[in-house]
Amino acid sequence: MQAIMPRLKRAGHYLIVAAFCFFTAAPFLIMIVNTFKQDADLYRPQNNPFIYNVPPTLDNLRLLFEGTNYLGFVRNSLFVGVLVVLITLVVAVPAAYALARLAGSWGERAGIAIFLVYLVPPTLLFIPLFRVVTAFGLNDSVWSLVLVYPTISIPFSTWLLMGFFKSIPRDLEEAAMVDGFSRLMAFFKVVMPLSLSGVIAVTVFTFTLTLHEFVYAMTFISSSDSRPLSVGVPIELVRGDVFYWQSLLAAAVIVAIPVGIVYNMFLDRLVAGFTMGAVKG
Amino acid sequence: MAETAERTATRKPSEMFPARELSSGAFLADREGLLGILFLAPAVLYIIGLVGIPFFLAIAFSLSDATIGDASLDIVGFRNFSRVIQTPQFRRALFDSFFFTIVAQFIVIVLANILAVVMSRDFRGKWLARTLIILPWATPISLGTIGWKWILDSKFSPIDWVLQQVGLLGGPDALLGPGRHLTYLGVEGLAVSSVILVHVWRILPLATVILMAGLTSIPRDILEQAQVDGAKFWRIHFQVSIPMILPIMSIALLFGLIFTFTDMVVTFILTRGGPVYYTQVLPLWAWFKGIDGGNLGEGAAIALFMFPVLLATAILILRSARRMEVT
Repeated sequence: MQAIMPRLKRAGHYLIVAAFCFFTAAPFLIMIVNTFKQDADLYRPQNNPFIYNVPPTLDNLRLLFEGTNYLGFVRNSLFVGVLVVLITLVVAVPAAYALARLAGSWGERAGIAIFLVYLVPPTLLFIPLFRVVTAFGLNDSVWSLVLVYPTISIPFSTWLLMGFFKSIPRDLEEAAMVDGFSRLMAFFKVVMPLSLSGVIAVTVFTFTLTLHEFVYAMTFISSSDSRPLSVGVPIELVRGDVFYWQSLLAAAVIVAIPVGIVYNMFLDRLVAGFTMGAVKG
Repeated sequence: MAETAERTATRKPSEMFPARELSSGAFLADREGLLGILFLAPAVLYIIGLVGIPFFLAIAFSLSDATIGDASLDIVGFRNFSRVIQTPQFRRALFDSFFFTIVAQFIVIVLANILAVVMSRDFRGKWLARTLIILPWATPISLGTIGWKWILDSKFSPIDWVLQQVGLLGGPDALLGPGRHLTYLGVEGLAVSSVILVHVWRILPLATVILMAGLTSIPRDILEQAQVDGAKFWRIHFQVSIPMILPIMSIALLFGLIFTFTDMVVTFILTRGGPVYYTQVLPLWAWFKGIDGGNLGEGAAIALFMFPVLLATAILILRSARRMEVT
């Protein structure tokens, strides 16, 4: 009897994990299957949707890669994502450090105020920012997104990093400063190396925001060359009323799998970043 | 060691050790107030320039008759607001925005709690499970939602096919009706449920990650003490773990509420607000009016209705989070 209970428990544990995995991943399974389906197979409601009733085909991938600007969208998304991450780090890291260490008692309140900025959502700002972007002459350019996306990522990143820096003991920097380092050098040589998890958490979070963002990209950009993935794929593969379903679904899963694997590699760091930044800070 | 204590007490080592070797940049770096302002300035300027000013521009637009064709700001008072409020679409959008957000976030918090607990343990295949669970977060929401749009398609839904195979749908005395399809996105109740389902699906990974962070932050000795005292697993979870991670759970909730309340992608792709306007939400309605319809004034007015709600939610949650930390 005693041997059975732990085994039952373990089975129950696996069952729960499997149920959640099914919920989150089932759409991607269907995407993978449909990527290789012929029209004659897909558009017959009585066909089993999970197997190939007609031999699989590569035509849908050919349409995606040769008939649309898919690789251009991927390139744009990566370009915007990397630049926005860099801008966010360059702006948010010093701001967070100033609020955590240099600002004194009003630092806490200023930190919360900055976090509240996060509440002004793209869906509220896209109308005025449309005018701002036009005024800068950035219409139809990926640079409009590079300019505007940090407004979403800087408030959150500053707040998280502020918590992170606060959880690092002051004594460490001050010891370094006694040894002859300036405040600036103490920050780079002592604080930054200890803050890697926070920087990674902010990087992953910011990159995700840029990857997902839809409203600004939809409003500011109207030429295929400059579109990121989130709007480029639906616009080019939904022509009038016709959905190119297999290619649409392929486009989604081709992004999800590599990005998901990379995120998983950094997941422990991400969790650690949130733990230090949002819990202890 | 006495030196260390003294230093932490005064907290101004630069004043205490004026004669130390000056490295390059030390002149600037020693003036901590100045350094603080320099460090903070880019973030503040960015936020004022691209959030603050546009926010007031949004208010100005909402009080004007600006359109995409003629964007000059002629102030017309509250006409946009009163005109917007009178439409049934707006009222429905207001209701739906709240309804989707509250229901979806309730489900997310329950599921994320369970998932964070099971994922905090070690088990074989954990790496794969983690990748699968994080997938919804790893592709743009618009593309993930397209996946659901296919799954919920009126003719080709794989769910319908499975239901037909097991005899729940499409037979003369099938439980879900004799029709061959449920048309998930074409019927009011099912369309509302579908939108909520997709929101739960896309927020769950982030909420789980945040709650896992909360769970790892609980000191081990507290949990071990509870075990020594003879408490069972779920009792420990409800009476020790959950109260300890409440502050971070409210952070997860805050993110979820903001993401869902301000989102227009899911409804834009999945239903376009339909059937009729039964799944309309504020941000999407603002987009249709302001950009699609070209009426910047009315669009801005609709979008502004989101702000007081967001502000109230955030203050409430941040406040309760701090109170919980104190006790």
